[in-house]
Amino acid sequence: MTATTLSRRHFLQASGAGAAALVIGLNAKGALAASTSASDINPFVRIEADGTVTAILKHFEMGQGTTTGLTTLIAEELDADWNKVAIEFAPADNSKYANLLFGMQGTGGSTAIANSYMQYRQAGAAARQLLIEAAAKMWKVPAADIRIENSILMNGNNKAHFGEFAAMAAKMPVPEKPAIKEPKDFRLIGKADLPRKDSHGKTDGTATFAIDVKVPGMVYAAIKRSPRFGGVVTSFDASDAKDVGGFLDAKTLPNNAGVVVFAKNTWAAFQARDALTVEWDFSKAESRSSDQISADMKTVIESPEFNTRKGITNAQSEEKLGMAAKVVEQSFDFPFLAHAPMEPVNCVIEPTENGVTVHDGCQFPALTQPVVAQVLGLKPEQVTINTVYAGGSFGRRANPTSDYHLEAAMAFALLGKSKAVKLVWSREDDIHGGYYRPVARHQAKIGVDKDGKILNWSHKIAAKSIMKGTSFEAFAVHDGVDHSSVEGIADSLYGLPEFAVGLSDVQTPVPTLWWRSVGHTHTAYAIESLMDMVASETGQDPIDLRLSLLDKSDTKQRRFAGVMEAARDKSGWKKGNKRGFAAHYSFNTYVAVVADISVQDDTVHVDEVHVAVDCGVAINPDVIRAQMEGGVGYALGAILHSEITLSDGEVDQTNFPDYPTLRINEMPKVNVHIVTSNEAPTGVGEPAVPPTGPAVANAIFAVTGKRITDLPMIKSGLSFS
Amino acid sequence: MQYEIKVNGKTQKVEAEPGTPLLWVLRDELDMTGTKFGCGVASCGACTVHLDGTPSRACQTFIEDAVDYDITTIEGAETKVAKAVQEAWREEDVVQCGYCQSGQIMSAIGLLTENPSPSEEDINSYMNGNACRCATYVRIKSAIKRASDKLEA
Ligand code: FES
Ligand code: FES
Repeated sequence: MTATTLSRRHFLQASGAGAAALVIGLNAKGALAASTSASDINPFVRIEADGTVTAILKHFEMGQGTTTGLTTLIAEELDADWNKVAIEFAPADNSKYANLLFGMQGTGGSTAIANSYMQYRQAGAAARQLLIEAAAKMWKVPAADIRIENSILMNGNNKAHFGEFAAMAAKMPVPEKPAIKEPKDFRLIGKADLPRKDSHGKTDGTATFAIDVKVPGMVYAAIKRSPRFGGVVTSFDASDAKDVGGFLDAKTLPNNAGVVVFAKNTWAAFQARDALTVEWDFSKAESRSSDQISADMKTVIESPEFNTRKGITNAQSEEKLGMAAKVVEQSFDFPFLAHAPMEPVNCVIEPTENGVTVHDGCQFPALTQPVVAQVLGLKPEQVTINTVYAGGSFGRRANPTSDYHLEAAMAFALLGKSKAVKLVWSREDDIHGGYYRPVARHQAKIGVDKDGKILNWSHKIAAKSIMKGTSFEAFAVHDGVDHSSVEGIADSLYGLPEFAVGLSDVQTPVPTLWWRSVGHTHTAYAIESLMDMVASETGQDPIDLRLSLLDKSDTKQRRFAGVMEAARDKSGWKKGNKRGFAAHYSFNTYVAVVADISVQDDTVHVDEVHVAVDCGVAINPDVIRAQMEGGVGYALGAILHSEITLSDGEVDQTNFPDYPTLRINEMPKVNVHIVTSNEAPTGVGEPAVPPTGPAVANAIFAVTGKRITDLPMIKSGLSFS
Repeated sequence: MQYEIKVNGKTQKVEAEPGTPLLWVLRDELDMTGTKFGCGVASCGACTVHLDGTPSRACQTFIEDAVDYDITTIEGAETKVAKAVQEAWREEDVVQCGYCQSGQIMSAIGLLTENPSPSEEDINSYMNGNACRCATYVRIKSAIKRASDKLEA
């Protein structure tokens, strides 16, 4: 099968969606409704006449396990046969498929399961109730006497699959509040070894990613962007590009951000793009080196622009230092980081009768639709989105500017809007391309009395705001404070006295973006390293110190303490061990980590990481484990090796050889303990990242006496294997 | 230019410029998209195919050199070892985004074909060139061990 046949349009034809017998989704009023056809309603679940159940997923899959998670919710309530439930990504439709926590369609912030938990269960439960009522009518038996097992309805000698009653069920009124299962009746939720829905296609090469999409007549495009962020094209010369076989044309993008090359295949597009000579205007571009940006940060951090904890300034907090027996004082420096998802960003825009189709591992349809529509003079609803698998994201694909969709739309328009265009980024484009985790600096002054009690905590942060100037500003910036710059510290669960957090925005044209766990990537490292410093300076056990700062009568603090105790007990932590501990609360999930390392001749190996996590009801325990393992590895790779630096405004790194990623030999064993909980489920994609780095840093301190505060860790003189 | 290459047992004629990496011929000309592009510089392994049975980086193999080999891609991975590896990958639920996994699997098949019961160290050194940004390494290791057990049973 070629990639072409997998487009949504073809898929719908091939799967005979017209023959759907029962679909359950939201009607125009936002209430659950049933119909016989998916063309009346954008459903969450579809049941064909042959009994096939398809879960329609409003969230995309970047590896975090949503295809498995959302499908579990439908299959659980329907008592469907897990192995026979099919999946399909939902089309773009803000009114039906909004993320209930964002009010628009999109995936991010570890919210996919949290916002869908009741919605998808109710859709499954409604389908179940209607099918049972239809069967009761047909069999002339009480509904209460009908049960469902593995997609089969049963009563006495009567047995039939869903499809037999689907058409009848579709005409019955949908219960306003369908009865959902009691946790004790769960068969799939919490099941330890439920196989992932996306395993098969991703192990035989058939899973379709955007980069695999090919449509008839498609032209390939690559873009030469400014070597300095904020530069614009003044002129270009394509004479050498014309010698590249397969070259078609080169044009300046209408926003002057680069020159797009069109070619007959990806390789020719890359080659011809590299052969262009472009003149740039750098007058508004970032021309500083990263060392200069760091030096500037050291200045701006001294006088905070914002007090992010109301009622106390850094100066007021620091008045207590006079009474302290000891002062713990430390700064931390964090570099820009590229997300480097394994599949470089790319997408295909194809002309259709009514507008266009964007083929993409699309993370935020609600952002992409209007951006593409505006460039092409269409209405957002004329932009259809065919969501395919995304080869990782880590935040990169959700962008308020929809940068690569915007580029693809401009390229498609330049080509006359009549031919499909596939825009591909190379790895070099990705590493050079900006939208980095912002650089950040932290400085803290903590006073401690003679008994080891914390008297004050004065914390200052300088970071470039991610949200300011974007469409997310109203949502995330309050009183000038971009919450994502201070999250994880300003709202820490620790009960710290005289606790001030000052913030200064760093100004630079380098575009920044959320990177797996956003602000927590640096705030957790700082606060959890500082906790360790206070503990060691005052001779306290680092876990005991943290527990002493939590009040268990508060639910959140109790759950936070719970993961700390679980990690302590499961890892066999003993006071005085040479191990590292850190814990962090993010995305409504609690994670504690114990790291074990070995050190030989200044070479550190992280041997084993013990993770305790409380994410509410564990819907797919194995997916949670996988996300903890992956989160640990993703964090570790960055903490050990990664940084994006600039020389005279140009990015120094180019590709994996100089922006190294974690390799198999560096991966520790990961033991995951999931704390049993009946609370609502919360995110798991990001929360393992924040505590991993500081747990390793604290282990390195315990073993070597070295406190690493300037990242990545390779800068410390230690090496890692 | 026209070249004749043998992919998964089938000889095919393709048009390509000399110097085009096999990776792009497979993907863009033959629509065999299981082999992935991750870096283009031999440093991620996403493009791993077998040339006469040996795992090789398709991004570094020019089309004019590819004509000399029997090429196997993930779509044609059908040996006993290949089946054991794919099964083990599914039983361990290794994949996350899945983008690196064709390459991981092609390398693992190479490893187990050469060395049916690799040690932890053997796995680390053989698989080192295959990057996984989702860091599925814990499960890659268990799946290789599981496949090895299957092959020995
Ligand atoms: S694409 Fe060939 S090794 Fe990365
Ligand atoms: S599974 Fe995502 S890069 Fe390996």
